[in-house]
Amino acid sequence: TLLSFVLSAALLQHPPLHQTYRFDLSIGHKTADDMALARRSSNLLKPLSTASSSSFLNRRPFSTDDSTTITVETSVPFTGHNCEPPSRSIDTTPKELMTFFTDMALMRRMEIAADSLYKSKLIRGFCHLYDGQEAVSIGMEAAITKKDCIITAYRDHCIFLGRGGTLLESFSELMGRQAGCSRGKGGSMHFYKKDACFFGGHGIVGAQVPLGCGLAFAQKYRKEDHVTFTMYGDGAANQGQLFEALNMAALWDLPAILVCENNHYGMGTAEWRAAKSPAYYKRGDYVPGLKVDGMDAFAVKQACKFAKEHALKNGPIILEMDTYRYHGHSMSDPGSTYRTRDEISGVRQERDPIERIRKLILAHDIATEKELKDIEKLARKEVDEAIAKAKESPMPDDPELFTNVYRKGFGVESFGTDRKEVRATLP
Amino acid sequence: MWGIMKHKLGARGLSTPVFGDYMQRLRPIASAIRFRPYSSATKQMTVRDALNSALDEEMAADSDVFIMGEEVGEYQGAYKISKGLLDKYGPDRVVDTPITEAGFTGIGVGAAYHGLKPVIEFMTFNFAMQAIDHIINSAAKTNYMSAGKINVPIVFRGPNGPAAGVGAQHSQCYGAWYGSVPGLKVLVPYSSEDARGLLKAAIRDPDPVVFLENELLYGESFPVSAEALDSSFSLPIGKAKIEREGKDVTITAFSKMVGYALKAAEILEKDGINAEVINLRSIRPLDRATINASVRKTNRLVTVEEGFSQHGVGAEVCATVVEDSFGYLDAPVERIAGADVPTPYAANLERLAFPQIEDVVRAAKRACFRSVPMAANA
Repeated sequence: TLLSFVLSAALLQHPPLHQTYRFDLSIGHKTADDMALARRSSNLLKPLSTASSSSFLNRRPFSTDDSTTITVETSVPFTGHNCEPPSRSIDTTPKELMTFFTDMALMRRMEIAADSLYKSKLIRGFCHLYDGQEAVSIGMEAAITKKDCIITAYRDHCIFLGRGGTLLESFSELMGRQAGCSRGKGGSMHFYKKDACFFGGHGIVGAQVPLGCGLAFAQKYRKEDHVTFTMYGDGAANQGQLFEALNMAALWDLPAILVCENNHYGMGTAEWRAAKSPAYYKRGDYVPGLKVDGMDAFAVKQACKFAKEHALKNGPIILEMDTYRYHGHSMSDPGSTYRTRDEISGVRQERDPIERIRKLILAHDIATEKELKDIEKLARKEVDEAIAKAKESPMPDDPELFTNVYRKGFGVESFGTDRKEVRATLP
Repeated sequence: MWGIMKHKLGARGLSTPVFGDYMQRLRPIASAIRFRPYSSATKQMTVRDALNSALDEEMAADSDVFIMGEEVGEYQGAYKISKGLLDKYGPDRVVDTPITEAGFTGIGVGAAYHGLKPVIEFMTFNFAMQAIDHIINSAAKTNYMSAGKINVPIVFRGPNGPAAGVGAQHSQCYGAWYGSVPGLKVLVPYSSEDARGLLKAAIRDPDPVVFLENELLYGESFPVSAEALDSSFSLPIGKAKIEREGKDVTITAFSKMVGYALKAAEILEKDGINAEVINLRSIRPLDRATINASVRKTNRLVTVEEGFSQHGVGAEVCATVVEDSFGYLDAPVERIAGADVPTPYAANLERLAFPQIEDVVRAAKRACFRSVPMAANA
């Protein structure tokens, strides 16, 4: 009867859900300098293994030596557009060199492990890997603070790590677990770390550029002394919304730095087939630009330092990072139908960012080959342990389907697929 | 009885006029199947191959037809729908674009103004949001605004709705959005025969057609009749197909959900509920006649879709039945739709976010007052 139908419908109402969970802020963020050591002592690893691994690096004094100055030269000089490029001589320290090596090795390991996880179907949907491009994230972090903002597209796992995200949060998110940085609800393309001013993690090509200019707008509005690095690829470089946002950023002197990670292929389309002018650092026209060897972490660091100073005084600037991705566009793309295997192995041979740092470390006698190999082994171990721990993290509970639709839901009703079977009240 | 007729039909072919009359009497709405004397010796064809062959044939038949989109040429299509077409027709007719939807959609519409027949591919319809101004303001409304002087013979096609684990920004169904716009035609194929017939009809149609495919259906195989394999084949736009005849409850669905509805119908059959499954095939124009005739027969309606329920396709189906056949309804209309949340990534949550076969079964039972009371479940 209709009455019993109405009554049973009333019984279907679930009690209101509460937003009871919190992000686990005990996995704190560290400054770039401490990142390598901090990761070893972060609470994602069991204390015993942590003690031995942190003492490994502490045993050699060079790794914390940040007083000895070493001057390195970038691989190629910078090319400027409407600006005077910075010097190609950069000062660094043994500590920084070791940090670059360790952090890039960790990033590289994470991406390779993600490849395997995807093939074993533990990661679903889309998975865009960053191996080859690590120097861009590392060099950038070395030049900026966690109060400067970064926003990027979907190739975001290493950017997240660079901002202080942990391997556990990363792998858990990729596998859709509660320990993930987005509690398993975002996935590979939607990593965020707000407390480190990392605003994602965006799936629609080009959308992050106006968003980044918006972050810069807010920074200027609040009179902060910080800048925003808004990252995009050569594929997104032709998007109209980029030019719209850039025009406004220039008109309003926003502290926006547009970083084009030019890996020369927009999915399967080479840059020369997509852009009339692939000189992306010049595409800002009246906005100055700098072309940078994106496989050289020091060149990236110098360029980002230069760009930050520029943006705070004069408004937007474009940095074109000449970089390369070893994987295809995503795990669904073999990456070899539109480029040759010789090209890929050639870049790996000649320009690999980790190899460059390894050579510098060995040339300056900061560590031995074996020690560097041990660091790589340690990275592998950390990654494996993080994956094992991530696999233990449970999938989100069913009620999480309805959490975070709004920040403030006013008690609005939301429905499952069968609106008479599953309802929720949004807090 | 109808089922038996159909079966015999399949074996013999449809040649006699008397027989044809009989069919017309039983089915007052013109059937989507054309009555031609072909045998029904069937072959299996994937939806992907169906779309590819349809594109191929229409491009061969009309030199004004061209394809434009990301990776449609050298990459052979992001989902391989346009495989082989670049080699066959050349780069002037299979055009790879930069990742700039607003730009190339506008370019496509402009080409259509000038009389060409573009087929614009969106890698998914989520990306078409960048271009929606051109689809609606530049394409849909122009024939009207120009008092019929400028028609826009363009097709916008690509995968729509959720795939598997692609997250919130890559999983939305746009059927309701495009379906609400006069001036557009919106088609939603399910089977390979649908894909072939509707795409060919869309390309030949002089108006803008939004052709919503489904990524997970591309690899599925369906039997196709010899008639459907003919290059002159096409299906009428605006006509739904009754995939399964029934008398107890009408289930409307489109795209992948048709498969779910058919499976639900098999389960319901075991419980003595004889469900009629309507494959909408067309969201705009919506085949209100077929839907209403069915509900007048069964008196109960369940609508199924993957998109959001509020202002969804099911809402329009329900409204049309309430408006035209209210007296025939013996139960409230049931809507099964995507959950009212952005699509979560985690596999268990994603499963809760989109209709499952058991949802359709449950709703049909409720419509038949056969559901288990909640007290028993608690």
